[in-house]
Amino acid sequence: MTVATSTASFRPNAPGRLARLSFGRTIIELRQFFRSPEQVFFTFLLPVLFVVIFSTIFTGDIEGPPGVEKVAFAQYFVPGMIATGIVSATFASLAMTVSLEQHEGLLHRLSGTPLPRSAYFAGKIGLALVTSFLEVILILGIGVAAYGVKLPTEPVKWLVFAAVFFLGVASCSLLGIAYTRLIRTGSSAPAVVQPPYLILQFISGVFLQYSQVPGFLKVVASIFPLKWMVQGYRYVFLPEWIAQDDYGGGWKVEQVFAVLALWLVVSFVLARFFFRWNRGQTG
Amino acid sequence: MTAAAIHAAGVRKRYGDFEALKGVDLDIPAGEVFSLLGPNGAGKTTFVEILEGFRDRTGGEATVLGRDPRDGDAAWRARLGIVPQSSGLFEALTPVEVVRHFATFYPDPLDPERVVGMVGLDEKRNARCKSLSGGQKRRVDLALGIIGNPDLIFLDEPTTGLDPQGRRQIWEVVRNFTSLGKTVLLTTHYLDEAEQLAARVGVIIKGELVEVGSPREIGGRQRATARVSFAARGGLAGKPLPEGLSAHAGNAGLAEIETFEPTRVVAALTAWAASHGEDELPELSITRPSLEDIYLRMIADSEHPA
Ligand SMILES: Nc1ncnc2c1ncn2[C@@H]1O[C@H](COP(=O)(O)OP(=O)(O)OP(=O)(O)O)[C@@H](O)[C@H]1O
Ligand SMILES: [Mg+2]
Repeated sequence: MTVATSTASFRPNAPGRLARLSFGRTIIELRQFFRSPEQVFFTFLLPVLFVVIFSTIFTGDIEGPPGVEKVAFAQYFVPGMIATGIVSATFASLAMTVSLEQHEGLLHRLSGTPLPRSAYFAGKIGLALVTSFLEVILILGIGVAAYGVKLPTEPVKWLVFAAVFFLGVASCSLLGIAYTRLIRTGSSAPAVVQPPYLILQFISGVFLQYSQVPGFLKVVASIFPLKWMVQGYRYVFLPEWIAQDDYGGGWKVEQVFAVLALWLVVSFVLARFFFRWNRGQTG
Repeated sequence: MTAAAIHAAGVRKRYGDFEALKGVDLDIPAGEVFSLLGPNGAGKTTFVEILEGFRDRTGGEATVLGRDPRDGDAAWRARLGIVPQSSGLFEALTPVEVVRHFATFYPDPLDPERVVGMVGLDEKRNARCKSLSGGQKRRVDLALGIIGNPDLIFLDEPTTGLDPQGRRQIWEVVRNFTSLGKTVLLTTHYLDEAEQLAARVGVIIKGELVEVGSPREIGGRQRATARVSFAARGGLAGKPLPEGLSAHAGNAGLAEIETFEPTRVVAALTAWAASHGEDELPELSITRPSLEDIYLRMIADSEHPA
């Protein structure tokens, strides 16, 4: 067999090539995303609508113990929406688009090329990073401009902000990729993805104060990353006394990091073992 | 260049209780264009996807470009071009964008602009794939199959849904490739396509490769009788045929003679017509069974074995 000289020196997993292809995949993913109105709508518009509707309806303040400053409802609500916005841009968005690509044979097509699989995933996570970032900016911008949300001043809070962002994006993206295993047909994707995500939003205290969530549901919520992301962002935006009531005595930021880090490992393993390049074929 | 590009020995595929491939043996030398024919559900796509490494075989041996497709790696895939029977497209992108993007996957790709032109998509190069017609989408499929400048191309019904001009365009692309010594494995339901492109064809029926040969010879085609037909009109009407020839009435009142020696028959008929004062045999034609006739007979035979 003759081997063309140019392919003889071909090293598919050379670091430079991986970096170049991961970047190329991210760019093409972003281009596809912004050209699909449904995707943009689901990912950006829904969380933004929630921010606007809830902040407009619930204008009351949260009263603290005597002597401390009250907290505007939006100040409490927006951090939760940032967390859920990230889950929307990562878990929900990737679970739906990746399963679509599985079922329409796009993955099949890609897997017939020398594109390294890691570059495909890198492109998905690159997309999720960019859209999550835009989502956070958007929600925060609306909160600050229209509902008087105050930004934290301590640098350590911004560090936590960034850490929760990166941990959340990475683990929820991988979780979304693993979750495609449960989606049996392309058209059922929204039905399989949205309900659990919506329920998690409620029991993680995104739409109501976490202290109002019944105890056993709190236990369920504590298993999943969303509750911890919400908690991390509330730490960033809210005073300590809110945690007394709401999170049983403190923000427990170390716990937030520990659980999210654990989820990063778990979701990596789940994605590794549950994701399938070949769906709809027996072998 | 003498090694087989594709070697399959006793390849089997079972889906549950159903045996889709019952032991297929096939060797395709490098540089050959081979076409697989067979009715719907015969197992063509299954066989091709086993060779591409997409499906696992349940028995037998297979080697493609020197490797078992089960453990083909990226360097191996870089030498393959795959046009699947059906596969979605990146709907939000344009043909040029997709082809350019795929080009970055390969070590030695063709020029994306040129490839888009080769498959006849110049006019639609900047339209979203979503808005393309079925045949135009098929052209994108082909462009993605060849962009990596592969040594071996798998084409699973590449021209289904294309207009006649489009099919010829695609044939031209395939011929271009084969003139460079590349190997092609093509499945098709168009017998003329197999005849135009392939050096050898194989007929697969119910998971078995029943015949392999050149399109001219397969199924005993070159040994089959030819049919000489003409219209016995004017001075020839009602005249008895020359000694030794017998015709039967065919379509539209034509006289048809089945023979192994069409040249001799035509010579005898010409002399006979002249003897009746006619120097033309009206509507004279000599036909051999088409590949399609042979193919249909093979399928009929497999359904009602003698
Ligand atoms: N994933 C699968 N699971 C179960 N049966 C399958 C699967 N894929 C194919 N088959 C069966 O195997 C047989 C061969 O299918 P295949 O797609 O290989 O046929 P084909 O020759 O390509 O047909 P066509 O001309 O229609 O494309 C069919 O009977 C089909 O129903
Ligand atoms: Mg097929």
